[in-house]
Amino acid sequence: MNTLALRDRPSRWWQSRVARRFAQHPLALLGLVMITALTVACVVGPWLLPYDILQIDLRARFAPPLTGSHILGTDPLGRDLAARLFVAGRVSLLVGFSAMLLSVVVGTVVGVIAGYRGGWLGAALMRTVDGFLAFPSIFLVLALSAALQPSPLMIVVIIAVTKWMEVARIVEAEVRSLREREFVLAGRMLGLSSVHIMFREILPNAMGPITVAASLTVARAILLEAYISFLGYGIQPPLPSWGNMLNGAQQYLSSAPWMAIIPGAAITIAVTSFNFIGDGLRDALDVKGEHG
Amino acid sequence: MRGFLLHRLFQSAVLLVIVSLIGFATLSLMPGGPMAQYGLDPGMTQDDLARLKQQLGLDRPLWVQYFDWAWRLLQGDWGKSFRDGSAVLSVIGRHIFATLLLMGTSTVIAIALGSWIGIRGATHRHSVFDYLATIGAMIALSIPTFWFGLIGIYFFTLKLGWLPAGNMYTIGDGSVLDYAHHLIMPSVVLSLVHVAIWSRYMRTATLDAISQDFVKTARAKGASERRVLMKHVVGNALLPMIALAGVQLPSILTGALVTETVFTWPGMGRLFLDSLSYSDYPVVMGLLIFSAIIVILGNLIADIVIAFVDPRIRLA
Repeated sequence: MNTLALRDRPSRWWQSRVARRFAQHPLALLGLVMITALTVACVVGPWLLPYDILQIDLRARFAPPLTGSHILGTDPLGRDLAARLFVAGRVSLLVGFSAMLLSVVVGTVVGVIAGYRGGWLGAALMRTVDGFLAFPSIFLVLALSAALQPSPLMIVVIIAVTKWMEVARIVEAEVRSLREREFVLAGRMLGLSSVHIMFREILPNAMGPITVAASLTVARAILLEAYISFLGYGIQPPLPSWGNMLNGAQQYLSSAPWMAIIPGAAITIAVTSFNFIGDGLRDALDVKGEHG
Repeated sequence: MRGFLLHRLFQSAVLLVIVSLIGFATLSLMPGGPMAQYGLDPGMTQDDLARLKQQLGLDRPLWVQYFDWAWRLLQGDWGKSFRDGSAVLSVIGRHIFATLLLMGTSTVIAIALGSWIGIRGATHRHSVFDYLATIGAMIALSIPTFWFGLIGIYFFTLKLGWLPAGNMYTIGDGSVLDYAHHLIMPSVVLSLVHVAIWSRYMRTATLDAISQDFVKTARAKGASERRVLMKHVVGNALLPMIALAGVQLPSILTGALVTETVFTWPGMGRLFLDSLSYSDYPVVMGLLIFSAIIVILGNLIADIVIAFVDPRIRLA
């Protein structure tokens, strides 16, 4: 790269080609706006509402949305649904995001080592990835959650256990294709350590696909948390999550349908946002998609 | 072909070993492990427990226990249910039909509807239909299956009264029509995600096939556009979809578990949850291993079918 090309590089990240292409992707922008609004609402919301999530009010049971100051109505104990929804959102988004971070870290480390070392170790690691992929994720998550006491932190770990494989596969393929490139050979000739070559020289070139996989993994982690909490093996009450708010909703479906509709809509909006963002990132970063 | 088959069989066997290792590790994490059922018995003294532990061989090194456990799995001895003492495999056998019926029906819906959407999207590229199908697929992938089921029950059972809210048949009826009536909502709910995935892949595969030389040749030879599409394009686009059906198996099983819960469908998913709530670990473990075996076998069969249909693969 000559000096002219260096000078041509934008000085601010939002002037970069990737940022511009992302900004021209209407769905990605919509996703970004939706998830930002939802996150702000979940963070700020509980302070603005005059209700505590545990405040039981038996005179206000089963209030439909827009009853007095209960914007989203109440549940069978008269607890304000809006307050619970926002606090649940903090939990669900935080669990989804943390599970994504953990899976990306684990998947990246496994993928880099498998791709760079190759041989016997690489094969063993990648067959382990295949082994984990053979389990329908919810069977494994539920079995682990029943075996280990499901604290929020443990839920994050358990979700990550079933979601790290895709990142590992993507990183392994990238690293394997980069392993024989000149800059890696140059690094070896300079006497850099393998760890330095793997993580400082090769890994930055694989950041595009990892970023896309990360945004899609948040979406899947939020969904998986919702599934297991709905089934009663995820986040445990009284701590609310979008999934466990739906746990009892089925029996009140005829008398209080809003209890089922509202938390489910929140999950759908959050997951859709991350899927839209992932799609936009895929186009902006020129990553080959799993479905074009 | 023989070489391909042997290679593929060997791969599946290796995968089975890895899956059994993961399963055994999960089993070891269970509270109290295999001893849990005896620990609950108030008549048991510490001495009894220790003696039992020795009899069951649980004082041996873990790797010995693993080989013992894996060997019994291979022989079909999957242990006994804590709930009624019947063999785990026969308990699973009693529930497998309902799950296969649900998964099969929803797969047919997903393939039919997904293929149609995908092919139309590819032939009418950048049309309003194509655009809506793309967005629709992404939203469908984001909807929690159980929530979609609850919304379906709300409208089609509670508001309209058209469809039953759950179960596989009406007690005292059980005719084919009655089964079909109960099957509609769960299978449509379960198929939603797979219609989305299938349509996306089918669109890509069709676009790939359209640009191939043999399609140009068929057109040049004067075949009608419809014939080119149905015979040459779709035929070739469907081929990679067989592999997709195999790859999708774990997610169909996951969806089936959730759908069965919402619709009280008496399949393996419900059995799994019931067994979890009774701490019936032999059945839980059995289903965990069994579901992974279904996935491995499904992928093996998909690959063999493709190899039979497509000589490029088996000769490569």
